[in-house]
Amino acid sequence: MNFDWLWRESDMIFDLFVRHLWLSAVPVAIGLALALPLGWLVHRSGVWRGPLLNLVGLLFTIPSLALFVLLPWFLGTQILDPINVVVALTIYVLALLVRTVSDGLGSVPRETLQAANAMGYRPLSRLLTVELPLAIPVIAGGLRVALVSNISIVSVAALVGTRQLGSLFTQGLQLQFLTPIIAGIVLSVALAAALDALVLFLSRKLTPWERRPA
Amino acid sequence: MILFEWLLDPANWSGPYGAPTLIWQHVVYTLAALLLASAIAVPIGLYVGHTRRGEFVIAGAANVLRALPSLGLIVLLVILFAPVFASDLAFIVPSLVVLILLAVPPIMTGTYSGVANANRAAVDAARGMGFTPLQVLLRVEIPCALPLIFSGLRGATLQVISTATIAAYVSLGGLGRLIIDGRAQNDYSQMAAGAILVALLALVVDLLIEFVAFATVSRGLTRRGTNRFSTVRRLLKPNRS
Amino acid sequence: MFKPTVAGAFALSLLAFSSLSATADPLSGTSGNASGSATVTVGSADFPESQLLATIYAKALQAKGMDVATRLNIGSREVYIPALLDGSIDLLPEYSGALLSYLNKESTAHAPDEVLEALKEALPDGVTILEASDAQNSDMLAVTRETAEKYGLETIGDIAPVGGEIVVGAAPEWRTRHEGLVGLNEVYGIDFKSMKPLDVGGPLTLSALVNGQVQAANLFSTDPAIAANDLVVLKDDKNLFSAQNIVPLIAEAKLTDDISSTLDAVSEALTTEDLVEMNGRLAQHEGYDAVAEDWLTENGLN
Repeated sequence: MNFDWLWRESDMIFDLFVRHLWLSAVPVAIGLALALPLGWLVHRSGVWRGPLLNLVGLLFTIPSLALFVLLPWFLGTQILDPINVVVALTIYVLALLVRTVSDGLGSVPRETLQAANAMGYRPLSRLLTVELPLAIPVIAGGLRVALVSNISIVSVAALVGTRQLGSLFTQGLQLQFLTPIIAGIVLSVALAAALDALVLFLSRKLTPWERRPA
Repeated sequence: MILFEWLLDPANWSGPYGAPTLIWQHVVYTLAALLLASAIAVPIGLYVGHTRRGEFVIAGAANVLRALPSLGLIVLLVILFAPVFASDLAFIVPSLVVLILLAVPPIMTGTYSGVANANRAAVDAARGMGFTPLQVLLRVEIPCALPLIFSGLRGATLQVISTATIAAYVSLGGLGRLIIDGRAQNDYSQMAAGAILVALLALVVDLLIEFVAFATVSRGLTRRGTNRFSTVRRLLKPNRS
Repeated sequence: MFKPTVAGAFALSLLAFSSLSATADPLSGTSGNASGSATVTVGSADFPESQLLATIYAKALQAKGMDVATRLNIGSREVYIPALLDGSIDLLPEYSGALLSYLNKESTAHAPDEVLEALKEALPDGVTILEASDAQNSDMLAVTRETAEKYGLETIGDIAPVGGEIVVGAAPEWRTRHEGLVGLNEVYGIDFKSMKPLDVGGPLTLSALVNGQVQAANLFSTDPAIAANDLVVLKDDKNLFSAQNIVPLIAEAKLTDDISSTLDAVSEALTTEDLVEMNGRLAQHEGYDAVAEDWLTENGLN
């Protein structure tokens, strides 16, 4: 490790870190907002549930580099516009979370739903105050996976000129210089760990009933 | 239609750079990575799920592995391995390592949570009948865990098929060739062909795994005829409402 | 096959749409929305020499009091040329022969002046080139000292009889390029055993050559690694590879007399030897800023 280099470039590295955070967190937020209604629709779609989920899951298999390069053609955006990366990652988040939301809603015990009905809950209020809260642990699990995978996929965007921690890899590889590569890997893993812990913490806060005595 | 131009040209369906060869190479990398990853991940998942030791460690390890950026890792490994092998192994080993690291977390967590969440009552009953711990694992816990093991395997397969494209970044074959070469040659229809074929391959393989899962998972655990999770839940927690 | 001109036209027609998409974006580069302001955004490809040259351009313009933003390490030509056409960047360092074959795959121009002449005709509307430098960074075919002695290789043509034993490493586009496998076959009659698609004369190609995964490789003349690894550059006696003079490529809308006189002075002063020396310093992990400033000071350009 060349610590002089790290020190000299610390401003740039911090800038890349903030961009990386923004590029990986925003698509998760947008994706979650879209996945909740879509996941509910899929959950209620009966026999179509399996085929629909397979279809959505397919989105995840589009290789990221191809998506980054092809999206401007579909969106009419500038080639270097980070919007392309945000849209691509939102697609991946959707591919993961629609299934999770649907599974989460499906994990609510039928007896609980019947009890809620018996207590006079209307469908919408049952969904918002009974089903969704009970689905939080499952949804949060999917959210953690989406967030952490995003943080790793974002780095590929360095190949299409969007600056973030992945730029440290291309830079390090061009110069056969391990310091930026190692710094990039360490920072992106640290970012993943921090955001993962945050989601876990929030999910625990929101579901106090899950903590039962051992 | 530029998206399909490459796919519709018969010349692209034969020869060493034709679609069938590339698809076959892609399948070989994927299978090799999944087999090796399962050989690592399933035993660890079974052990931790069965003994409940080190749960925190594998959850953390799974997340760290997921967060590792594949692209940076593969070229780093190529540069580190290049002096070791004077053959294509210098590219194959790093590609496989990256794909294995990618496939291990979902298989490991799927196996672990499947075993850990196996029906308590069934496990206790098996113990009461005098099953040895190994018998409990093989005859009760693993069959109960199969749905989640398969779901982990499916997640891993999708990720590996999608990421196996990076093997092309370091000169190997597979469908990634179309994406990397198409980009380098400024040929968008070739890139689109790569993306479409990867997605189709994933779809076919996913359906295959679903079929195998359908055929091997015990009827008592499947959702056939009823809500998938409510059945499992009732089995898991018979004394809770 | 998508013709570059069609690609350019398409990119330009997208300009109309792009004004619809949100531009108030905290991440859209250091320049923000460049159109309508006097700021010149300098871009670069994703290899060190291009980033260094872009830094030199940027600092020379700044020294003349101009507003400059940088957008380095963008990617390959397939990414940064559309970016230049859609106004994301305004200026970047280019290589005459490579740019020409990107814009016109059929071109057979070879000598520096021919290439520049053909290039001016091939450029899409809205962009232009300034005075080219004498400094060049040309394509070359290199082998290890051991391979050269084993087969007695001096010129590229010497490979023809033993091509069946040699795997060549180069960028993926080499397979279909005239200044690549196609030309090596047509001009020199070489049939390689196979080609390994690696990177554009970068670390992958170099390490594959040095470690024996390939026996010949496409490297570039200003690469200090050629001397450092005692590689043998095969003579291109049939002039397959065209001239690669360094030339600024700029959006016409941003071009002023001040800019062209400043960059002409830079091109005038720059030599191939300077590039080899500066690439050597970059390989020792010196910063782009420091190397660029030293060169500008030596040449009295800042």
